[in-house]
Amino acid sequence: MPDTTNTREAILHRIRTANADAPSSDYALIERAYQQSASMDRAEILKTFADRLHEYDAHVTEATQQTVPAAIAEVLRRNHQHSAIVADGFPPSSLPEGVHWQQESELNTAEGAISGCEVAIAHTGTIIIKGSRRITLLPERLLCVVYASQVVETVPEAFARLQPLAAEPLTFISGPSATADIEMTRIRGVHGPRFLDVILLQD
Amino acid sequence: MSIRVGQAAEAPPFQKAALPLLDDTQLRKNVRHATNVITRKRAAVVGEQHDWQQLRASASAIKEHTLRHLDRYLEQFEKNCTAAGGHVHWAADADEANRIILDLIQQQGGKEIIKVKTMTSDEISLNPALEAAGIHPHETDLADMIIQLGRDKPSHIVVPALHKNRQQVREIFMREMGLNELGDRPEDLTTAARNYLREKFLRVKIGFSGANYLIAETGGVCVVESEGNGRMCLTLPETLITIAGIEKVIPTFRDLEVFLQLLPRSATGERMNPYNSLWTGVHKGEGPQNFHVILLDNGRTRILSDQESRQTLRCIRCGACQNACPVYRQTSGLAYGSIYAGPIGAILTPQLFDMQHAQTLPYASSLCGACYEVCPVKINIPEVLIHLRGRVVREQQSSANLEAIGMKVMSRIFSSRRTFESAQRLGRLGQWPFVSEGWVKHLPGMLGNWTEVRDLRPMPAQTFRTWWKNRQKQKLKLEDSPGTQVSQKPGLKENHHA
Amino acid sequence: MRISLFITCYNDTLFPETGQAVVRLLERLGHQVDFPLEQTCCGQMHYNTGYQQEAMPLMRRFVEIFCNAEVICVPSSSCAAMVRDHYPKMAESTGDTALIQAVNNLLPRVYELAELLVHKLGLEDVGAYYPHRVTYHASCHSLRSLHLGDLPLRLLRKVRGLDLVELQDVDQCCGFGGTFAVKMGDVSAAMLADKIRCVEDTRAEVCTAVDNSCLMHIFGGLHRLRAGVRTVHLAEILASSEEGAGQ
Ligand code: SF4
Repeated sequence: MPDTTNTREAILHRIRTANADAPSSDYALIERAYQQSASMDRAEILKTFADRLHEYDAHVTEATQQTVPAAIAEVLRRNHQHSAIVADGFPPSSLPEGVHWQQESELNTAEGAISGCEVAIAHTGTIIIKGSRRITLLPERLLCVVYASQVVETVPEAFARLQPLAAEPLTFISGPSATADIEMTRIRGVHGPRFLDVILLQD
Repeated sequence: MSIRVGQAAEAPPFQKAALPLLDDTQLRKNVRHATNVITRKRAAVVGEQHDWQQLRASASAIKEHTLRHLDRYLEQFEKNCTAAGGHVHWAADADEANRIILDLIQQQGGKEIIKVKTMTSDEISLNPALEAAGIHPHETDLADMIIQLGRDKPSHIVVPALHKNRQQVREIFMREMGLNELGDRPEDLTTAARNYLREKFLRVKIGFSGANYLIAETGGVCVVESEGNGRMCLTLPETLITIAGIEKVIPTFRDLEVFLQLLPRSATGERMNPYNSLWTGVHKGEGPQNFHVILLDNGRTRILSDQESRQTLRCIRCGACQNACPVYRQTSGLAYGSIYAGPIGAILTPQLFDMQHAQTLPYASSLCGACYEVCPVKINIPEVLIHLRGRVVREQQSSANLEAIGMKVMSRIFSSRRTFESAQRLGRLGQWPFVSEGWVKHLPGMLGNWTEVRDLRPMPAQTFRTWWKNRQKQKLKLEDSPGTQVSQKPGLKENHHA
Repeated sequence: MRISLFITCYNDTLFPETGQAVVRLLERLGHQVDFPLEQTCCGQMHYNTGYQQEAMPLMRRFVEIFCNAEVICVPSSSCAAMVRDHYPKMAESTGDTALIQAVNNLLPRVYELAELLVHKLGLEDVGAYYPHRVTYHASCHSLRSLHLGDLPLRLLRKVRGLDLVELQDVDQCCGFGGTFAVKMGDVSAAMLADKIRCVEDTRAEVCTAVDNSCLMHIFGGLHRLRAGVRTVHLAEILASSEEGAGQ
């Protein structure tokens, strides 16, 4: 391994020379006049979230705490899925009976994955998941359970909530994997899940 | 390995490189289609974002602040990334970066790597350097793969294969993947890419990525993508090597709330791109357990020291300026002789090469300002272009060229009323050899480029000022003759100026 | 109002009819026009091509000549943009405080023609008559430097007899770009081809703009093709009246 300590010092030195004339500016004083809080009521926020997901070709099902196992079962049935792999920390009480729950070693052959989330953003139709990065990536289908209370309207609100998790592995998911690299035609599912199902839980 | 940023060094002047491209009707159709689609989508999602200008203002302020305190933020990033189990390396130039990367790969005994789109690795010509050392880099971004398999060059920052259409992609895939049958619908082509790469994602032990953002506050990295190939490269391998220009650092996690709203809308016209990955060093039981970041200078500190063009370093590589650029839209990125094409390329490439190459690039613009208008971090590209033109002129000053002489003469002419007026007279006389049937159809030298496709009306018999002077004389006459009322005294204050 | 005209070097030399139209129009509207004969060029061509040193004396000259003017009218958006966008920085770079001050004082009094009419004089209907089918090309500087928006269109809509047709891709550069048109002649030609296609699609007889520079380029191409479309500066349309165009 080449010793890059000298390079480090040289680069820092060049930066300091270049910035010798820089007036010191205070990070805290950077103006942030963009929208940082919600402007819609809860119902509108949830509706926007669902609309955005639809636009991404995701499927949205509504459920309550009591009906969530049934809702999951219904989604799996609709997708002709007999097995799934469940992300760490997902409450077993929310899972339906009669499904083969796979282990991480079976990941590459899993028909689908089920996961919760940390926060979701209505404005952009985004779901943010902590960890479980492989599980939510390799299978053809991803089913994500989102509590209504986890949905915020704007991106800045989501970051405010995520601040305590800032150093965790986080994945922002906005719809199924997609590409527009060929003739700018949006195609679902390149390498990540081809299908995204979302169960929106009223809590 | 010592492969220095090869491409631009050999690049022909822009006006030459553009010629065959202007004749490539297929390419022009593909580029026009692609840029039209993105521009339209961008306009729609930017239009609905009512605080767009505020976001732009904050983004450029954050970048500006960071650049002026870059040492502090880089050290902070290094400290936090290291504390989280990552290794930070510094590279002064392309050679050094390539050497570090090669060493890291060889330490792991790697013969292959999987790569997620990184402009920076193209900037340092990493792939040729690796191949020369017997290591095979697999590009995994669909467009990059098309380019790699087709032995082509990228033509756009965000959509590098936008100059290829589906039939062309199909041909490349069939040939390179050894397929006997393949449809030409984008779905078929994407599926082929998925099948081709899946095995590599699961097998190859070393991943390589760029970074959209380095977060000083946490030591974390953020990568923005669409297909999921990025997530594969970032999470499946045992070792992950990430390269980032030193300007990629941002102060805090929270700053992402600004950039993640601007980037997808600007880049692909989406409210949010499908995937953003954030990680910090090494996470126990999650993702690569051996993580290296290379912080690359390669000319950036030099750009930083230039007050006028420092703003170039704010760039978040969204490509919006390319899509908006009328020059780019005619030629594609292939005319720019560098992976950085379009308006950002026209300012970045010459600076990265310390103006030694690519001297024509600052002139590859009509200064229409469309790039500045769309740039999410408010880089005043026309201003930087003009500044760089100034540098080109100063550096060429020694060699007496016709243009420089002409410009000097013109500035003499404009320096006084007397010289200007006599030049107008001379011009009117001097033009007659070139006027035929009342029109100028052929001009000599460089001006011939004008008459190649355009007629020119000859200078009229009377300039405006002659008309004005005659008119004033007449007015004075009228004023002098009794019985005529002229209410306004014509302005003659110009006579006070010498 | 006493309005000082900065005609610009190329209008003076190549397009005297535009200057004459400005004079006629402003006088018809009851204003007094003054033309300082010492004026030459704003320095745009030098500045934009990289000859910033050569542009400096031209900037000083402009400031000297116009510093006492009540209002300055520039019938060219790119020259107005040169003054507004670049003079402050150029003055700044000399460190000459008197010059910096003079530029700052001068700028608020510099108006492109459409700005002068709509913003300063509060007019949209200037009493013009122009019975032709016209399309308007928004030059880049008018759009993205001066932010004229629809000012020229508002003026055109009030012209009697005028049939205004919208130009497709109106915000796309025509490919002129000053020395760009010769330095990158082929790319410029490709851009011009697109613009001409859009102009021809309107079936207009006249293409207008607030910059004769772009119009010279567009017309150069149209004439070579014998397209049967002429280009006319906005001032000339606005100066036309039922009594006739000329004096
Ligand atoms: S210069 Fe601005 S618009 Fe162009 S790629 Fe960079 S950030 Fe995007």
